[in-house]
Amino acid sequence: MSIFELFISAIFVNNIVLSQNLGNCPYVGCSKEKGVALGMGGAVIFVIIMATVFTWLTQKYILVPLNVTYLQTLVFILIIASLVQFVEMFLKKAVPPLYSALGIFLPLITTNCAVMGATLVVQREKYDLLTGALYSCASGVGFLLALLLMAGIRERLETLRVPKAMAGTPISLVMAGIMALAFMAFKGMI
Amino acid sequence: MSFFKEFTKGLWNELPPFRLLLGLCPVLAITKNANNGLGMGLAVLFVLVLSNMIVSLVRDIIPKKVRIACFIIIAATLVVAVELLMQAYAYPLYQQLGIFVPLIVVNCIILGRAEAFAAKNPVYLSIADGLGMGIGFTLSLTFLGSVREILGAGSIFGYSLFGESFEPFHIMVEAPGAFICLGVILGFMNYLSKVQNRRRGLDKKNVGSACSVCGGCTACSRGNASA
Repeated sequence: MSIFELFISAIFVNNIVLSQNLGNCPYVGCSKEKGVALGMGGAVIFVIIMATVFTWLTQKYILVPLNVTYLQTLVFILIIASLVQFVEMFLKKAVPPLYSALGIFLPLITTNCAVMGATLVVQREKYDLLTGALYSCASGVGFLLALLLMAGIRERLETLRVPKAMAGTPISLVMAGIMALAFMAFKGMI
Repeated sequence: MSFFKEFTKGLWNELPPFRLLLGLCPVLAITKNANNGLGMGLAVLFVLVLSNMIVSLVRDIIPKKVRIACFIIIAATLVVAVELLMQAYAYPLYQQLGIFVPLIVVNCIILGRAEAFAAKNPVYLSIADGLGMGIGFTLSLTFLGSVREILGAGSIFGYSLFGESFEPFHIMVEAPGAFICLGVILGFMNYLSKVQNRRRGLDKKNVGSACSVCGGCTACSRGNASA
């Protein structure tokens, strides 16, 4: 599979939210406004690439040589958690505008399974470092796309009359289902 | 605050995936059939009870500032244990669940209960809370898995239900089916609570019991409003 195909397939065909069901909590929780969705998506892209690079290096140069790959889960989550902390501190010092845009979303990302999921998929599919980084970048873009589309629809939905029992989360889940159905059509592309 | 009360709240009032909307990823991703739902639920139950217990045991020792990191380490250790146990005793299930076994560690339920309950309450109550939430989670997953399996494959726990002539509704076992199914179940639960509340309201006002039979048709609610 060429790099380009991998990129397109990770964004559209195997969309991390709509097809792999990862990162659903922020997908439901942070998709009420477009601004929030953009911020969250941006923060995820940023962290997901760094997390993939760091976990890949750790796996290759620490876990495998020491023969402790069964500690993968524990080590990966620690890397992601400390990475998020570090990124937060770094942004605060170095790029204040970006920090004020992404800051509040960063702590939430630690428990976002899209990040952890992407790092695990990269390990299981045995991608090399560059492919892995590209894959995770594309996954992040896919996450942003799904979140943004959802936010757009939900903003419209506010003004519509939905049956009371279905209002709020239930109807947005059904919508997500229809969106996932639409994304399934991309399967014909590759 | 009794053991029993903490135990039962997770079974209906605060049913984790449906009421609290926590830990949605495994709920949506692995409920392709009832079997996977049950297996995932049991794995989460195991981690949840033990993590609640351990967090509650060490709650006075951990400094406030680093508590989240400590909770994550406790959960991750338990998840590694579950992974190894599943590889040893339930390998086919482990393969079916794939990356969602290690992802239990970022399941919001584990951290959520540790932070919201176990960090503030004694050990036996925390265990009750973990048990209730875990069993509620397991039941929800099994239920969702059963619904999707019945509609999408015409079977339950792998046993065929309808025979050869049944045309399965394939979309239900794919990703879109998960969203739609969960959405409809949530809507249905909201409706049930609404009916329940309305019935309670009617009981207080001592209006005739005929309304509780019909379960909230429009005529009744209109009559209720005018009365």
